Amino acid sequence: MTLDWKLGGVLLGIVFFAAVLLVKPIGVSTQFVILDGIVADAVSPDFITQIEDGYTSTNAYMAKSSGKYAKNAANPLNYSFIFVLAMAAGAALSAFSRGGVGRAEKRLPQIWEANFGDTPWKRYAVAFLGGFVVLYGARLAGGCTSGHMMSGMMQTALSGYIFAAGAFAAAIPTAMMMYKEG
Amino acid sequence: MEILLAIVIGVAFGAVLDRIGATNPNVISGMLTLRRIKLMKTILLAIGTGSILMFGGQMLGLVDVGHMSVKAAYIGVFIGGLMLGAGWAASGFCPGTGVCAAATGRRDALFFIAGGLLGAAAYMATYPAWKASGLLNDIAGGKVTLGSVPGASYDGIFAVSGDILGIVLGLVFVLVAFVLPDNLTGQKRPANVPAE
Repeated sequence: MTLDWKLGGVLLGIVFFAAVLLVKPIGVSTQFVILDGIVADAVSPDFITQIEDGYTSTNAYMAKSSGKYAKNAANPLNYSFIFVLAMAAGAALSAFSRGGVGRAEKRLPQIWEANFGDTPWKRYAVAFLGGFVVLYGARLAGGCTSGHMMSGMMQTALSGYIFAAGAFAAAIPTAMMMYKEG
Repeated sequence: MEILLAIVIGVAFGAVLDRIGATNPNVISGMLTLRRIKLMKTILLAIGTGSILMFGGQMLGLVDVGHMSVKAAYIGVFIGGLMLGAGWAASGFCPGTGVCAAATGRRDALFFIAGGLLGAAAYMATYPAWKASGLLNDIAGGKVTLGSVPGASYDGIFAVSGDILGIVLGLVFVLVAFVLPDNLTGQKRPANVPAE
């Protein structure tokens, strides 16, 4: 079940520390771009091309920073992409070993039902739109809750503090307006 | 070797996210409405713990300063933060926890990921306009840390030891985590949403 917050916080801190100690700070949202790049290149093979000193793309964002995103999309067996797949596996293993998420919860989170009734398709539409805005914003910001807020603030990065200020300034009023019950 | 580390650290990260409740939108909404902020305490404690270990390790020469990776500061970081915050609150997922939640079998999280892939693609398509707007230009020195970290390739905003400042701020995060109550709304409200 849910860990005591003190144990959970120390464990999460150790994971973030271990990542910096052994490789580099944790980040997730870039991999949405990498997966998009993999799909785009599969549909249209000219999307990413190998050049003399690396990779480039017909998309300016994929090609930026000397094509580092293009390179990772062309070689998905890289640290950051495998990290995200492993993260999903870790969450699945953890959920399975604590007995799994209940069937009703899988279909519709309780707090949604408390506020909007039994309306799963409305929930899925909001989750879809939410995902769109979250990843658009994360890419504009150059990172997400993991990369900017946790890894960034842990390293005392100014950008991490700016990001966290923006995220909570929008998140708290939005949550308070939408989820009055539960 | 790197791939093996990706698997080990990734699995640990996903498992811990699940065990602290971060893969559960009920817990995220409870935190963002300030009614049940245990998860906030967890996150603050984690940032503090990570910071103290990292900067302490760097001071002792046990942690390679070159592993730090500081992102640039620009106006778009704040605008993007606002967007992420709104979507995070509406959906109850952020990029990492959304992927993890889908892996635990939550159907809404699959829709979140699909929307996320489309949102990332939309940013890829509109990136030149943001670039041209100047909102991606560095402010306050761009890739900077609050203090000056010895041996790091990043400038510090303040002329103080970045290592010591990092440890002090880490302790502040830990302290705040312990001082915060479980509910910030001031109302005595039963925590009637179970963990699952």
